[in-house]
Amino acid sequence: MSTLATAPVAEGAPAAGRPKPKSQGGGFGRYLLVRFLLIFPTIFILVTLVFFLMRTTGDPITAAQGGRLGPEALAALREAAGYDRPLFIQYFEYLGQVATFNFGSTLTTNRPVIDVLTTYGPATFELVLYSLIVAFAVGIPLGRLAAYHRDKPQDAVFRVLAILWYAVPIFFAGLLLKLIFAVWLKWLPVAGRASVNAELQMQLVPNKTSFYTIDALMTGDPAVLGDVLAHAVLPAIALGLLTGGIFLRLVRTNVIGTLATDYVDAARSRGVAESRLLRKHAYRPALIPIVTVIGLQIALLLSGAVLTETTFEWKGLGFILAEFLESRDFVAVQGIVVLLAVIVALTNFVVDIIAAFIDPRVRY
Amino acid sequence: MTAASVTPVRRRPLRDRLPIVHQLRQSMGLQRGMLVAGLVMVAVFILCSIVAPLIAPYGFAQRKDESGAFGTQQPPSPEHVFGTTVGGYDVFSRVIWGTQTAILVIVIAVLLSIFIGVALGLYSGYFGGWLDRVLVVVCDAIYAFPSLLLAIVLSIVISAGQSNLWGGVLAAAGSITVVFIPQYFRVIRAETVRIKAEAFVESAKVLGASNARIVFKHVFRNATRTLPLIITLNSSEAILTLAALGFLGFGIEPTAAAEWGYDLFKAQSDVTSGIWWTAFFPGAAIVFTVLGITLVGESLNDLADPRLRGRRRVAQAAGEVAATSVVPGGTLTAGPGGLDGLEDGQSFDEHGIEVRR
Amino acid sequence: MSTVVDIRNLGVSFATDAGAVKAVDNVSLSVGRGEVLAIVGESGSGKTVTAKTILGLLPETATTRGAVVLSNREGTRESDIISLSTHQLREVRGTDVAMVFQEPSTALNPVYTVGWQIMEGIRAHSDISKKEARAKAIDILRRVGIPDPEERVDHYPHQFSGGQKQRVVIAMALVLDPGLIVADEPTTALDVTVQAEILDLLRKCRDEFGTAIVLITHNMGVVADLADRVAVMYEGNVVEQADVETLFSAPQADYTKALLAAVPYVGHGAASAVERVAARAAGWAELTPVVEARGLEISYPGRFGRPGFRAVNGVDFVIRPGEVLGLVGESGSGKTTIGRAIAGLTKVTGGSLRVLGAEMNGIRERNFRPLRSRLGFVFQDPASSFNPLLTIAECVAEPLIIHGRAKDANAARVRVNELLEAVQLPRAYGDRYPHELSGGQRQRASLARALALEPELLIADEPTSALDVSVQARVLELFAELQREFGFASLFISHDLAVVDLLADRIGVLYRGSLVEEGTGAEVLGAPKHPYTQRLLASLPVPDPIAQAERRTELRRIREAS
Repeated sequence: MSTLATAPVAEGAPAAGRPKPKSQGGGFGRYLLVRFLLIFPTIFILVTLVFFLMRTTGDPITAAQGGRLGPEALAALREAAGYDRPLFIQYFEYLGQVATFNFGSTLTTNRPVIDVLTTYGPATFELVLYSLIVAFAVGIPLGRLAAYHRDKPQDAVFRVLAILWYAVPIFFAGLLLKLIFAVWLKWLPVAGRASVNAELQMQLVPNKTSFYTIDALMTGDPAVLGDVLAHAVLPAIALGLLTGGIFLRLVRTNVIGTLATDYVDAARSRGVAESRLLRKHAYRPALIPIVTVIGLQIALLLSGAVLTETTFEWKGLGFILAEFLESRDFVAVQGIVVLLAVIVALTNFVVDIIAAFIDPRVRY
Repeated sequence: MTAASVTPVRRRPLRDRLPIVHQLRQSMGLQRGMLVAGLVMVAVFILCSIVAPLIAPYGFAQRKDESGAFGTQQPPSPEHVFGTTVGGYDVFSRVIWGTQTAILVIVIAVLLSIFIGVALGLYSGYFGGWLDRVLVVVCDAIYAFPSLLLAIVLSIVISAGQSNLWGGVLAAAGSITVVFIPQYFRVIRAETVRIKAEAFVESAKVLGASNARIVFKHVFRNATRTLPLIITLNSSEAILTLAALGFLGFGIEPTAAAEWGYDLFKAQSDVTSGIWWTAFFPGAAIVFTVLGITLVGESLNDLADPRLRGRRRVAQAAGEVAATSVVPGGTLTAGPGGLDGLEDGQSFDEHGIEVRR
Repeated sequence: MSTVVDIRNLGVSFATDAGAVKAVDNVSLSVGRGEVLAIVGESGSGKTVTAKTILGLLPETATTRGAVVLSNREGTRESDIISLSTHQLREVRGTDVAMVFQEPSTALNPVYTVGWQIMEGIRAHSDISKKEARAKAIDILRRVGIPDPEERVDHYPHQFSGGQKQRVVIAMALVLDPGLIVADEPTTALDVTVQAEILDLLRKCRDEFGTAIVLITHNMGVVADLADRVAVMYEGNVVEQADVETLFSAPQADYTKALLAAVPYVGHGAASAVERVAARAAGWAELTPVVEARGLEISYPGRFGRPGFRAVNGVDFVIRPGEVLGLVGESGSGKTTIGRAIAGLTKVTGGSLRVLGAEMNGIRERNFRPLRSRLGFVFQDPASSFNPLLTIAECVAEPLIIHGRAKDANAARVRVNELLEAVQLPRAYGDRYPHELSGGQRQRASLARALALEPELLIADEPTSALDVSVQARVLELFAELQREFGFASLFISHDLAVVDLLADRIGVLYRGSLVEEGTGAEVLGAPKHPYTQRLLASLPVPDPIAQAERRTELRRIREAS
């Protein structure tokens, strides 16, 4: 949840006029390659960290079954699963498994972890996507407006809003939204991803994807689609507003920074209209640091997703993760955490590529 | 432009050198409003935690008094101004006692993470080398990872199933610490790397100062100037993380201490049946506290950045020649925030590094 | 003569943290058609603010009074910039008046191609097609001397060199054929040789395009080179206005006289150098050099497996006791790198560099540290050369404490006071913080710190390049005086030939990491042998319009010859 302290200003980044060495053959290709290779240490470190942290409390079998089984039964189970071997051997074995996308089976339900990931992953993906839409729709235009009307009443209102969104814990926002829109006004459903009826109809769809939006579309029934979308509204707002508030501040700060640069003044001196200065000259260079930081927000978004899913009983990775944590099913937890690490690393890679496309200095 | 023409500037008065007080004097308009509002809210929060025993009508784990049990899910009434929870606790008392838990966690988490983060950041930034590279990669990886998940895992590890006051507080504070260390590390390291390239550090090197002297005399104090800002921002995150842990059931048991997140966790099902007071008041307490701290942090952030700092408008230049005057001896004597930036002198690359154009 | 812009009783105030500050007070100026008016002044004189007012580019914190009447090229329309609406201002900017900025690398938006940026200006004022605008953009790029404009039009700013970027900025200003261009220190960020080319281009603007120019500068040489008329500003007021010849030959205002007297001339140092040589004891030339470089090489490692950058490439020189070696070169020449290597701040990667008897190639910091008390360093940037949290006295006491001459800053205070007096700072300044001193004062305190241990060698890395001319003159004077008094050997690094000439016994000229010429001031500056030195010398504008006109011809001859 490391957002406020890090909202970087554009450090005059686009403005800092240190000429880079002229691009040598394949400069951008080399950049991509280096950036891509950086994914692996990130994943490796997180996998290692999670593995050893989890094991400091003992092996998964003892954690999950301890107290329920006698010592002999426990020891037999541990031996069967190989948990009695030295930790380092288990670690390297686990690394090997992860490299081949084999995450083992859950202890409590004895399901392959990969299965859990494919069932619950789409729900989280949908939630994150919807809330990103909300966040972008709210954060970027309001941030630009705030920057443009800096220190004026509009700016004050937007900024206080952004701070307020940040200050309201996501689960509290969720509870309030539920209370107002679902319980009192009864406009929207209280929780879940779809009503029972819609779930049943989607069960019948061949090649079910677990992406409810897609499944609902495939039923061909607008009522099902409406039901699915209605269920997504409150969770998306709860998670999206928090993120949107962060985007708003980020956009505001960086656009204010670029509005003060020489090149904006230079464009102004050529008679370029103020609205265009904001839209073209200030906004696009400001996007470079914004995109990078938005990439880092994926971590925040996933943290938020865990809370949102718990609040709204949205059966995604976060929801199921909380359950596995409750039952101390560390094989499952480990699998989910590793998947999230991969997602984070990949997102940051993609974001760097996007940033490179905005910034010609990286491309050429 | 002679030395004699410079009007003597005395040492800045104390009030301008104290953090926050200085910023308060410097601020204006909306920024001052935000800062003052934030400071007031933080003051209320701290005050509450100090006088909690006086204002809280009941203990945080109290379910009955002389007149019998409180009853569960009672709506607000004169006896229980905020009502009672599903567990039969007095909501108002738990909200008040919750300030103590929150402060305890903030203090422990921030102190621990600053201590470790600053030490690592200084070392890494100043000496570099392989340890620096390893630390950077590790911290970046942790930083990019959903911090809440890490906090959950850590709180399981640290508390090892215990959930008494200190177990719970230490688990929460400890997990928050680990999550924050990369942040402090990054900030302090970046500052150290920047300051290391400044002429005054190079000058100390040329003079033959030892590394220890350079680090402590020149780098440390300059690198940590942004700390008040980070501390405020991280305090609010500490509260949010603590509450999130509580909400997910990894917090402190109600009999051990009052914790807002835990109360919200227990209030989840109430909301569906329209019982609002069990969730609203602890939630509002979180919002109030985080809002206060964040407002202070935001204002400090703005005031630290000349580009974001608001400025008073001047009256028309006409007729006020006596009141205003050109800075004597050129801009450089104007000190920080003088005319700099309006009237540029020459601009050679700032670190004396020659750049091939 | 009809005027393009007429500034009447202009006054500008700013809101700052320190309160309201009056930047410009009651300034009246006018510029005729096709005329170059130079506004000269030091920092804080209000020259840039005046210039920005002509385009209505002042920030919101500014309050303006008076009138700035601007007419278009044809003289058919007049408008008072100060009372125009945002929309009207937009129409005037670019068509009637355009601006050239100081720092070409920040005046171009890094994320758009230069063609896009030029076309944007064209299309902001006329309804022409993209294709036509593009043709115009290519045409104007060609006219400002960008080779292959058809291809370069699609390049991004970072793909151009500094001088080319400034050409692009000028192209943008010229493209709508405005009657007036405001050029704010257009050559300050550029090397001398590039400066000469940009000045030629600006002259072309006036001669071929008939554009009037308001030239903002602090450099008297630039004024002498380009201006028709000069206005001297000081503390927000115009203290003198005159034709360029009159101003240089018969300045009226005291400030103008002082300013002109402070400008260093090439050739003025020769006499004192001869004097110093005469005063040397016999056998001086045989003394062990303080610094001796043989085939010195310094490379910076490359990133991501890219090849490294060789900053210094096989340089030989010696500095004998009590001798001042001036090192001149443009950016990227490696002059700062050499200075840093001597101080042990940059690693020597090849050849030999002996400093105070120690071989720097491969030396360990531990072994070099004892020698550091015999070496002083003055940095370029007065803003960052002192720890902002320590007082000046504490900073000056640093070397004394580090080398055990004093226990703490208090114990060192007596010596610190002596030092401050030696650099002509009142001893009370010791209690101040660095930001409370002006740039010139800080550079003096910097000298005091460097001289605290009476070193045998002082390295001065562009110590005056961030200072105003008048301040620079005093610091240089002080340097010469201290050098006489303390007798230290010195490496004096500068990009300015005239400055180096004032102080140095011998001058070395660096070009792309190689020492292309070395000798006494009279040899190097009187009869330069290497073509680069010749070009460097001819590119340096002298503060005398008549002499400068001759030098221009000379420069053109050198350029054509090469």
